[in-house]
Amino acid sequence: MTTTYREAMRAALRQALQEDERVFLMGEDVGRYGGCYAISQGLQQEFGETRIRDTPLSESAFVGAGIGAALGGMRPIVEVMTVNFSLLCLDQIVNTAATLRHMSGGQFSVPLVIRMTTGAGRQLAAQHSHSLECWYAHVPGLRVIAPATLEDMRGMLRLALEDPDPVIIFEHNALYNREGELTEVAVADIRRAAIRRPGKDITLICYGGNLHKTLEAATASAESGIDAEVLDLRSLRPLDDETILASVRKTRRAIIVDEGWHSGSLAAEIGMRIAEQAFYDLDAPLARVCTAEVPIPYPRHLEQAALPQVESIVGKVREVMGQNV
Amino acid sequence: MSAPTSQVSREQGLRWLKDMIRVRRMEEKCAELYGQEKIRGFLHLYIGEEAVAAGSMPELSAEDAVVATYREHGHALLRGISMNAIMAEMYGKREGCSGGRGGSMHLFDAKTRFYGGNAIVSGGLPLAVGLALADKMQNRQRISVCFFGEGAVAEGEFHESLNLAALWQLPVLFICENNLYAMGTALARSESVTDIHRKAESYGIYSSAADGMDVVSVNTAVRAAVTRIREDKKPAFLEMRTYRFRAHSMFDPELYRDREEVDQWKQLCPIATLTAQMKAQQLIDDRDIDGIEKDTAAEIHSAVEFAEGGHWEPVEDLTRDVYTESR
Repeated sequence: MTTTYREAMRAALRQALQEDERVFLMGEDVGRYGGCYAISQGLQQEFGETRIRDTPLSESAFVGAGIGAALGGMRPIVEVMTVNFSLLCLDQIVNTAATLRHMSGGQFSVPLVIRMTTGAGRQLAAQHSHSLECWYAHVPGLRVIAPATLEDMRGMLRLALEDPDPVIIFEHNALYNREGELTEVAVADIRRAAIRRPGKDITLICYGGNLHKTLEAATASAESGIDAEVLDLRSLRPLDDETILASVRKTRRAIIVDEGWHSGSLAAEIGMRIAEQAFYDLDAPLARVCTAEVPIPYPRHLEQAALPQVESIVGKVREVMGQNV
Repeated sequence: MSAPTSQVSREQGLRWLKDMIRVRRMEEKCAELYGQEKIRGFLHLYIGEEAVAAGSMPELSAEDAVVATYREHGHALLRGISMNAIMAEMYGKREGCSGGRGGSMHLFDAKTRFYGGNAIVSGGLPLAVGLALADKMQNRQRISVCFFGEGAVAEGEFHESLNLAALWQLPVLFICENNLYAMGTALARSESVTDIHRKAESYGIYSSAADGMDVVSVNTAVRAAVTRIREDKKPAFLEMRTYRFRAHSMFDPELYRDREEVDQWKQLCPIATLTAQMKAQQLIDDRDIDGIEKDTAAEIHSAVEFAEGGHWEPVEDLTRDVYTESR
């Protein structure tokens, strides 16, 4: 059926709320407003103010309350408007949600799902456009996932709710309006990376909002006779080394596409893992396409210049294919 | 600070004395063990503040939840975690109440619903709010009690949590243990308004202050607040005015306060005060105190033996309990 990513997430939320009375959604403007990105529109009318719970602008308190509610037997879904605002509750996520099970010697698990948007591209400037998912992917105790397809947007939430530990879902804001054919929901997976386009010459590793750019870049590269494989990480923590390495060992070349900044990025981590485990399988140096080291600027031409683009990915593919070791 | 005026029964008074003496002596032993490097890391002693935990815990039921801070040995013990399990935790042994993974600052116990042991100042407040939210959403009658120091009042989470608890009418009892120093920063040097309970009032929360050096005053205040919470299904806030006799942690040279000030507060020692009061009323005599001291010494002795005899977790288990499935 034809649907948008927004509708896919809304359907996932609705299903979760219908199936499990312990599930509730809370966050800023999720209720009467319908969600900053209109994800939860209509849900408060359907499920009431108790289960679609508007919060004050108190990220730390309502994320912490989500942790407490999870400990108290609920299955909270906490929406943080954007990853940029999540820095106000970083303490609760990193110091409490991620540590409780370990600090308590395994007595207390935190089955909490936190959803937040990430990414640039809508001229929202330097405080609403950053991609900080790698900060969370750095932290043991958290599971970090990023849907890139309609099926994953529709199906990952349920899998996250089934997880006994804290899960953060990063939803790239550029995806919400995107329309497509939703096939089988059951194919969603939060543990294994997926090959979205098989190829034999080079592996393009990406996730979330950059999958479609990367697929376009692969199509464009095919016109110049380069057969690129596109790997969608799905899970940013833990990383599915097995699928990544299997692909790279097959193609013997890899580029990582990541909307985070170069320095200390997920791309850096993935590149290092490949270097550690598959160095002698490589035919060319590893490469990455990341965001320029600048707070995201407001003007469209500068914002676009800062971000990974189809052209920059294609350019990097050509560069790597031209190199041999 | 007013002198205790309430009449205490022999039975009730002895229970409080025993509770406070157990905490005091256990912690004195911990300080000694710290000197012997048996206990490492940070060790924050509650000595001087025992009346707050001792006066509070008896008013809670087994179903209620307790959230505390890194100065939580007394709360843990009086909530019902065994001294053995606490001592083993301080040693970092597998038999500890957190399996040795937490140490002094992170005592946890699912059985008694003791949720830590949070070493981020004010970090426990949102947690208590969430526990209470879960209870309310599931129509359970239990309450969540959150202990924290007055240093937490300066954090945004304090205000966010009070607002949320009041806004959503959640059964949380906030107990601020105002010992006048956030580590070494005096309250008057960090807060424009030092009457802490008034801050809670500004959120429409029932709030009062009590003499935290007097277990009777503490107990009276907690009992009233707990009754109110159970009846009204709303949060309540208590400011306990108390004082820490020992340094902030074992690394603190106490440059920020005078010896005279500490000595003055020591005159208000909650154990000595209650002992003197009950003796004056001829409710107890020296034999009662000796009996408590003797029992406590035996309990401590066996707790130390238990901890000494405990086991180190094998290094192969290092990454265990990071995720649930790895167990």
